[in-house]
Amino acid sequence: MALHTEHRAPIESGCPDGLQYMHPLMRKHYGNWAYHEDPRPGVLVHVAKNGEKIWTVRAGTQRILDLFTLRKLCEIGDEYGDGYVRFTLRSNIEYMVADEAKVEPLIKALEDAGFVVGGTKNSVTMISHTQGWLHCDIPGTDASGVVKAMMDELYEEFKSWNMPNRVHITTSCCQINCGGQGDIAINVQHTKPPKINHDLVANVCERPSVVARCPVAAIRPALVNGKPSLEVDEKKCICCGACYPPCPPMQINDAEHTKLAIWVGGNHSNARGRPTFHKLVAAGIPNNPPRWPEATAIVKRILEVYREDAKDWERINDWIERIGWPRFFEKTGLPFTKYHINNWLGARRSLNASTHIRF
Amino acid sequence: MANKHYETPMLDELEKGPWPSFISGIKRLRDQHPDERIKGMANSLLGQLEHSYETRKGYWKGGTVSVFGYGSGIIPRFSEVGHAFPESKEFHTLRVQPPAGNYYTTDMLRQLAESWEKWGSGLITFHGQTGNIMFIGTDTDNTQHFFDEINEYGWDLGGAGPCVRTGMSCVGAARCEQSCLDEMRVHRTLLNNFTDDVHRPALPYKFKFKVSGCPNDCMNSIERSDFAIIGTWRDDMKVDQEAVKEYVAKKGRDYILDNVVNRCPTNALALREDDTLEVNNRDCVRCMHCLNVMPKALSPGDDKGATILIGGKRTLKIGDLMGTVIVPFMKLDTDEDYERLVELAEEVIDFWAENGLEHERCGEMIERIGLANFLEGIGVDVDPNMVVEPRNISYVRMDGWDEEAEKWFRRKAEEKAAAAAG
Repeated sequence: MALHTEHRAPIESGCPDGLQYMHPLMRKHYGNWAYHEDPRPGVLVHVAKNGEKIWTVRAGTQRILDLFTLRKLCEIGDEYGDGYVRFTLRSNIEYMVADEAKVEPLIKALEDAGFVVGGTKNSVTMISHTQGWLHCDIPGTDASGVVKAMMDELYEEFKSWNMPNRVHITTSCCQINCGGQGDIAINVQHTKPPKINHDLVANVCERPSVVARCPVAAIRPALVNGKPSLEVDEKKCICCGACYPPCPPMQINDAEHTKLAIWVGGNHSNARGRPTFHKLVAAGIPNNPPRWPEATAIVKRILEVYREDAKDWERINDWIERIGWPRFFEKTGLPFTKYHINNWLGARRSLNASTHIRF
Repeated sequence: MANKHYETPMLDELEKGPWPSFISGIKRLRDQHPDERIKGMANSLLGQLEHSYETRKGYWKGGTVSVFGYGSGIIPRFSEVGHAFPESKEFHTLRVQPPAGNYYTTDMLRQLAESWEKWGSGLITFHGQTGNIMFIGTDTDNTQHFFDEINEYGWDLGGAGPCVRTGMSCVGAARCEQSCLDEMRVHRTLLNNFTDDVHRPALPYKFKFKVSGCPNDCMNSIERSDFAIIGTWRDDMKVDQEAVKEYVAKKGRDYILDNVVNRCPTNALALREDDTLEVNNRDCVRCMHCLNVMPKALSPGDDKGATILIGGKRTLKIGDLMGTVIVPFMKLDTDEDYERLVELAEEVIDFWAENGLEHERCGEMIERIGLANFLEGIGVDVDPNMVVEPRNISYVRMDGWDEEAEKWFRRKAEEKAAAAAG
């Protein structure tokens, strides 16, 4: 009972009701919207079945918000908006206003404060990303830094509608890939097996769980220098890093051998085809802080070819399905290697068992 | 220490360029914030981050930190180089569940900012990849203080570790014409039914719910959640032929043929000579493409409900998996409908909790035991909508065929009788 006087018991309220924070027009027309239009990049207008309209202004931010930035966003919302905001899946902020006259001043206020209005429709929207060196316990690279450096280069694409369809880019700092599937994904790819600190394994790691964690059964218990530890069959090891989170003495990150790989054609939507996973197109890219220019250059090259070659409404996966992978590699100038050929479970489904060849 | 700024030549490079800089933001906390504690934390964090940039390594380690009564919701971070950067040596994140749909008033954001200013580093992200508000950076004591404060005005922690995780839902019915669901109700009904499983990790691994109001699946639920609820409809889509004609007049027949008719994956559309659109609703797979191109002319039908897919996940351990259709369609109108949804989720989680291996996601368990066994385990009948195509290999023992075929005919007869009665 003593505990109860010392500690406050939590109120297990769970997920809060969004209605209390929702713009009154959105509450009023909940489930009763007729259609929307896109008056300009970064702005949506939704029309309710009774004809009433609500305007949304979307802006990109640095995602890791400091108090000054968050308060600035609130200030803009109070002065130029209606005091109601939401955040998209890709961490863009959206301001909803009931009066069209507020739209232009709101855009100006956001841009004057350094935020970037855009990210709607067939733009390159904000890169969805993970924590990286700022906070994660297993990262091979930084996330916010990669994204900042890349969005500097894609700034105009965020603000405009130059692309055949929307482009969702993601980044991940390890091969668990928390950033998720993307039209283009820039992900860490380790190239060497973990370096094991055998003095620490027995004390830090629950060895059977670590053995079980390996996707290719390359880890086994071993006595090293008389101490219980783990050893890795380096011929089997796929350098995925799955053993590192449950066993930090199995260091997978390496200043030189942790690289970046680029994947394309991931698409979550059911529009046209079924959802797709992204596929490997480039690897061996240096993990080169603070601005990762090599990775950005490849992303920009892929985007340029896509913009020129794809037809309206084709996402990157739709476009490559039409032109074929050989032409993708030809047009982007990226090398096709033995590493592009899948050898994981179900790999045969990805091989060409036909005479369908483009000449 | 707080007066001495760590040199950050590499991070300084990230202050250049037009996109807003998180480094400039952290520096503002270091240089302009009145509270010495926040200044010191920001300085120390920048020092450690610069060190990571120089050495290309991370220096955070996990540990065990939680608030009283919970076993989840905090991501503990202890610095391995805390001796060099002492003011951020403990830098835990609190995962807080956002409102379904991520709506905020500026007043509420300010209130959260004030609480975080009192107890934390001053860094916040809306939202992490699971969907939580991430309050990044505080020490063990202040974790409790901050939680106690915001918990009093309506905020609760999300999941971390092997538990039900914070859910996500799209803007949906609040502002989207394509919405076929009451996303907020689905989200809150499910998540708040499993509050205990959010706060006290006792499952094989993580379990995520995500809700998308239509098959555009803006929440990425098929690929990123164990239990995806996606709005759809089963009657005819609505066609406003006058609006179709307006699109044709504005964009031209070729544009509509190339971008609407010919992009239909099941050839279910035809543009007639009088510029009206003919839809074969029996062939339509509700992919959303034509509705996306012509939102003013085409809309979902009235008989709305949800498709449920189970088993999506990211790479570890066996590779990426998409969810599989388990319920092709269910109505979500009445309280009873919602009870059925919760019962299904409970069945799935219970079966997986009993049969999943440690660190095995629900989809990986299904891969291991086979979909048919999973369906039997959760008491759901087989349905051809669950497969892209039937099996193509004869290596299977089928001496129960007659019985299984009989089940199918009996079920079809019952469905027919129910339809006739209803």
